[in-house]
Amino acid sequence: MADLSSEFLGIKSPNPFWLASAPPTDKAYNVNRAFEAGWGGAVWKTLGEDPPVVNVNGPRYATNFGNDRRVIGFNNIELITDRPLSVNLEEMRQIKRDWPDRALVASVMLPMEEDVWARLVPMIEDTGADAFELNFGCPHGMSERGMGAAVGQVPEYIQMAAEWCKKYASIPVIVKLTPNVTSILPPARAAKAAGADGVSLINTINSIMRVDYDSLTMYPSTDGMGSHGGYCGPGAKPIALHMIAEIARTVDTADIPISGIGGITDWRDAVDHLALGAQNVQICTAVMVYGFKIIDDLTDGLSNFLDEKGMTRVSDLVGVAVPSVTDWQYLNLNHIEKASIDQNLCIACGRCHVVCEDVSHQAITHTIDGERKFEVIDEECVGCNLCASICPVDGCITMQAMTSGTDPRTGKAIVSEKADWTTHPNNPMRVK
Amino acid sequence: MQADIRTGRLSAAEIEANFSDMHAPLKRAEALVEADRCYFCFDAPCTTACPTDINIPGFIQKIRSNNIKGSAYTILSENIMGGMCSRVCPTEVLCEEVCVRTTLEGQPVRIGLLQRYATDSIIADKLQLFERGLASGKRVAVVGGGPASLSCAHRLATLGHQVTVLNSAGKLGGLNEYGIAAYKTVNNFAQSEVDYILDIGGIDVRNGQSLGTDFSLADLREEYDAVFLGFGLGGVNELRLENDRAEGIVDAVEYIASLRQADSKIELPVGRHVLVIGGGMTAIDVAVQSKQLGAEDVTIVYRRGPDQMGASEFEQNFAQTSGVRIRHWLAPASLKMDGERVSGVRFDYTRLDESGKLQTTGDSCEMDADIVFKAIGQQVLWDSLGDTGESLKVIHGRISANDDRKTSLSDVWAGGDCILGGEDLTVAAVQDGKVAAMGIDRFLRATE
Repeated sequence: MADLSSEFLGIKSPNPFWLASAPPTDKAYNVNRAFEAGWGGAVWKTLGEDPPVVNVNGPRYATNFGNDRRVIGFNNIELITDRPLSVNLEEMRQIKRDWPDRALVASVMLPMEEDVWARLVPMIEDTGADAFELNFGCPHGMSERGMGAAVGQVPEYIQMAAEWCKKYASIPVIVKLTPNVTSILPPARAAKAAGADGVSLINTINSIMRVDYDSLTMYPSTDGMGSHGGYCGPGAKPIALHMIAEIARTVDTADIPISGIGGITDWRDAVDHLALGAQNVQICTAVMVYGFKIIDDLTDGLSNFLDEKGMTRVSDLVGVAVPSVTDWQYLNLNHIEKASIDQNLCIACGRCHVVCEDVSHQAITHTIDGERKFEVIDEECVGCNLCASICPVDGCITMQAMTSGTDPRTGKAIVSEKADWTTHPNNPMRVK
Repeated sequence: MQADIRTGRLSAAEIEANFSDMHAPLKRAEALVEADRCYFCFDAPCTTACPTDINIPGFIQKIRSNNIKGSAYTILSENIMGGMCSRVCPTEVLCEEVCVRTTLEGQPVRIGLLQRYATDSIIADKLQLFERGLASGKRVAVVGGGPASLSCAHRLATLGHQVTVLNSAGKLGGLNEYGIAAYKTVNNFAQSEVDYILDIGGIDVRNGQSLGTDFSLADLREEYDAVFLGFGLGGVNELRLENDRAEGIVDAVEYIASLRQADSKIELPVGRHVLVIGGGMTAIDVAVQSKQLGAEDVTIVYRRGPDQMGASEFEQNFAQTSGVRIRHWLAPASLKMDGERVSGVRFDYTRLDESGKLQTTGDSCEMDADIVFKAIGQQVLWDSLGDTGESLKVIHGRISANDDRKTSLSDVWAGGDCILGGEDLTVAAVQDGKVAAMGIDRFLRATE
């Protein structure tokens, strides 16, 4: 059986699954329950300077539901911990004492004044925490006070605060990045320049869930008014994966250790994060929806997967998919694929036909010899994958690469040499 | 032996439980999950299978988005009796049989229950989705009060024609009111639906008016611009055996009607040992309801096999799980008499010969009964309809009508069970009425 034990920035944990800094890690009570359930580590709910913040007494959370009220996405306007610093530090100290084999990370969000960092960083480190995580991501409330995402959106501020933390801390410093930027690379570079030991991403995405169809105000609202919150959950995963892969595949950021966060619900989501460059993962929404017991599937599923792949430890998986991520201009334009419909699996719903007909390339039949039948017309198929993407039957429509002969759509011969946009005759900027 | 027929075999509470809704309606959460199972097929097989062409994926999608009013309109604009059809349609041989989910996992989307979900609140809340068309000045007579006639009348009203419904019964609804098993249409739904249909306005109803007695077809053709005939089947086929009108031989259609109209089902007389001769829906309905009224044993006897029964497999299973026994390949040969009363039936065993013809095998058996229900099909009672039968083309005892449901007469249309090819289904009758109304509309506008 594969070894799930994990090491991130030298911090050991029995598995790579940490609870992200969020409501599930707000108190010793919760963290104790999480560790009893088997979680590898916890990033404590973000600490701040006393006096503590106050939260609204109206709704903090809202959900983007599927029809069966399955949670597709989630958002929140909860602030950092609203308990006194001393209470949190005391509980953290006890937790670390009770669970020495688990990772305990102190998330912090402090004003942009060096003396505050000088005063509080050593005090927090004294709890026995394994690392700091700098919350530069929180997109609501705290950002309006010049902290959280307000810092994370300005690389210079990231660097400044991270340098202060490094200066007064002797344990590793992780910079948590906000996705509310046009490119994730400048913030990652700022963290590296400050000497931070690693980055974690993504924090939540600016969002408004919906309107209330009765009152026609935004939903949720507190006394008739609402404020944008941070979006997370399964719907956020693709955005996280992109940003992680960008850091992992860019030459000057590729060496930054990454803790992956964003939309992880089951072990397959974790495989995505790990294969695209994260060394471990952090999870919040899934436990907010299902509770701590999901750790069973996360660990068990990942372990079985590693066994299946012949991998013996988690690090074998880290970054394996990164080399497959590139810029569009380098994609092989000579590679030809056609959709193929397995008639034995086809249930004849015709969705592939209607979407191809309405929005794509009119490349799927609906009737053959008077019978309801859906088949790909290779002469028209551009290999776009739309039909396979929306087919309700798993494995019914697959994309098949053509390796020889001619593409019936273009009449051009299939060639094994690669050719991309950089040399394409239609590209005015082509390499000549 | 004294025939054991009496009232009150079960307590009122037992009877109420036995006659409660056959399928509980879907709750909102169930409806959303079920609606989510629909794949929104291209050229959906379910819609093709629906005799009234309801855009089924369309109405299901509207349930998903909580657009119940829009969903109900999608249904009712094609089938104004979509509420009743959601209760009585044999969906397992229509829309649900061809659902692609059946191919995928053997479990179709429960279209009937979703259709009921979409229409129930609209009918209950009397939310009128239709309006009477701009007055055309034309008048149409509709003969009959069943699904075909009401569907025709409603569509004619939406098209602006003034409609007079001439109905021989005391209430509108036809078999919806008098024929369908009580547990399929609880809480007087048939009348709620009739009220909803009439609410559009422009439909004048005259109950207790019989063709051939109170007026003739010629009168109607004289007085109105067009006529629709939807008088159904008035007569029940006879057993054609000696003593087949004796005491104890009961017309199943009549018994079901009395059951539907009874204020208190506990007062209905029920036999202890019941035989039902026939293999269609009427046979199932009378058998199951007899059982649910407290009959000790109920046996349906059919002269052919399960595949030839008019009742669907689902209905046969339903009867059997309700405690009804079904015997096949037995044809009634003679009636056993106890004085003036029937006391049982002697059956000949049957089989199909090589050419597929039904033959008796030479063996026979006897079954005792306190009541023998005849449910072996119905026919048009031409004798009671005056000269109607002579004035238009009739084939095999039914009115001949073309694709527009037009009869051999230029201003007379017909639909429902009384026409040749009538399918003995509410949904088919509704389609007949709708198609006929559109044909009548074209005719009336062409003659303006």
